Amino acid sequence: MSGGTQAAVKTGRKGPTKRQLQEWRQGYLFLAPAVIVVGVFIGLSALFVLYLSFHKVNLFTDTYTFVALDNYKRLFTDEIARKALMNSLSFAIVVIPCQTIIALVVASVLNGKIRGRYAFRTIYFLPTLTSSSALTLIFMFMFSVTGPINMMLIKMGVLPVGEGINFLNDPSFALKVIMVMNIWSTVPQYTTMYLASLQDLPASLYEAADIDGAGTWKKFTSVTVPYLKPITTYVLLTGIIGTLQMFDQAYIFSNGSGGPANSTLTVSLMVYRYAFGSNNAMGYASTVAIILAVVIMIVSFISEKLNASESLY
Amino acid sequence: MKKKMTVGRILMYAILILYAFITLYPFLWMVSASFKPLREIVGGNMGLFSENMSLESYKTIFGHSSLFPRWFLNSLIIATVGTVINVFLNSMAGYSLSRLHFPGRNRIYHALLVLMMVPGQVLLIPNYLLLKQFNMLDTFSALILPAAANIANIFLMRQFFVNFPRDVEEAAEIDGLSRYGVFFRIAMPLARPTIATTAIFGFMGFWNEFTKPMLYMKTNTKYTLTLGLQSFQSQNGGTMWNQVMAAACISVAPIILLYLIFNKFFLVGLRMDGEK
Repeated sequence: MSGGTQAAVKTGRKGPTKRQLQEWRQGYLFLAPAVIVVGVFIGLSALFVLYLSFHKVNLFTDTYTFVALDNYKRLFTDEIARKALMNSLSFAIVVIPCQTIIALVVASVLNGKIRGRYAFRTIYFLPTLTSSSALTLIFMFMFSVTGPINMMLIKMGVLPVGEGINFLNDPSFALKVIMVMNIWSTVPQYTTMYLASLQDLPASLYEAADIDGAGTWKKFTSVTVPYLKPITTYVLLTGIIGTLQMFDQAYIFSNGSGGPANSTLTVSLMVYRYAFGSNNAMGYASTVAIILAVVIMIVSFISEKLNASESLY
Repeated sequence: MKKKMTVGRILMYAILILYAFITLYPFLWMVSASFKPLREIVGGNMGLFSENMSLESYKTIFGHSSLFPRWFLNSLIIATVGTVINVFLNSMAGYSLSRLHFPGRNRIYHALLVLMMVPGQVLLIPNYLLLKQFNMLDTFSALILPAAANIANIFLMRQFFVNFPRDVEEAAEIDGLSRYGVFFRIAMPLARPTIATTAIFGFMGFWNEFTKPMLYMKTNTKYTLTLGLQSFQSQNGGTMWNQVMAAACISVAPIILLYLIFNKFFLVGLRMDGEK
């Protein structure tokens, strides 16, 4: 790097040296591709969706008509939107605590000194590897009228013979099946996050608890859980974003309709139906998507604040 | 530590075994149903095994729709190309944000932080319209380009490089490596565990992606495996469970195989192998 040093000596004036300029150039060059991709497909897109939300879009004629706040006003009188929001919220309220608690418990147990942990880990991660379309099909099979779940319930005597529940087409069960499926398929990813963090937990903390005569449960609640607090915030935020945006599983489950009786119609699925379905209402769909984004941000913000303030005590 | 079987330990094993069973149960049924004749499945045979098991479903699938191998190849191409591009763009950006000093760096960093908060769902419509403008709909580029960089992974790489000892870089520069050489020959190889983690999750992201192929791909020969699987199911809606499950098996098996091969690397990447 003799060139750089020479340049630094030569330029007695203020301003960047040759060496600095080289560093600047490398900095911009390394950052540019990622920033361009992200800038266009996130930044520009976010502005574009905002623009769309004030317009009536006709995809077939490629025309955009300014309609001011009409799309936003429409939202308040849209019964389907209310139904979809309720579905998404109840989905999130059930799924997030379940996935977080199960992941926390599984990870802490897995982190202990146990035999066959390698085998257990290998098994536990299987759902993470499987595509949502394959997973959804497996669960649809399991919960079909003559599927394994119904057969098991009949054999256990919970249901009379030959009267399996039509989980897939019964509006009171369809969303619950998707909840079970979603918890089952997301726990491994959160277990992974917890495990990675548990590796950094200093053994001295457990040793101190041992000296205090703490049992397994006591160690879990007073050492493991507080230590994992930051990662729990992250898990919760990821959970909120994931559940409120849930789309794939509901789409495949209902083949894009949100049925039966709109019981699996999540907000994302409704956005899809308005934007790409026969409604040809991309402007309104953009509005719904924006409102969803705002709701996600508010909920994330609140949960982050709650989690942070608790740790002050 | 003494290997004493306390109540706590028994409970731990009980939890582990129960959860392993819950995890495996759907997979076992998927495999089992794919080998069973349809009349036994709808007839409510409870057993995972049956004497009538055969490869019939698989033969039917490959007989009827030779598109399955095509879909598999499509998924493989998209996921591989997308992951390789991601590895370079993310680690370069992460390095730039942590080790290089230039005007506007903090501003870009904060802009990325803000952009990361934009939920993906809100971007589907504008991305669709942009790709339509770029004439990219129904091409693999539509699935690769918008996901060619990932802000979360950029930050992960940045985090790695922030803690990266400066001495190593300085020593390499003294040894006559250029600035670019330091990154590609020293920094990136040392970041291998972190890169491996992002690459594996990136690859799975591309492989499992459903929404985007569903929106962008119209020609059925360009379908990814996930989309092909769904279209196969909706055509045979709930009736031919044996064939649908065989199709699911085919889509799941290769990636599970890959996982079993990569497993050690995957766990090392996340430091989950218990080596402290």
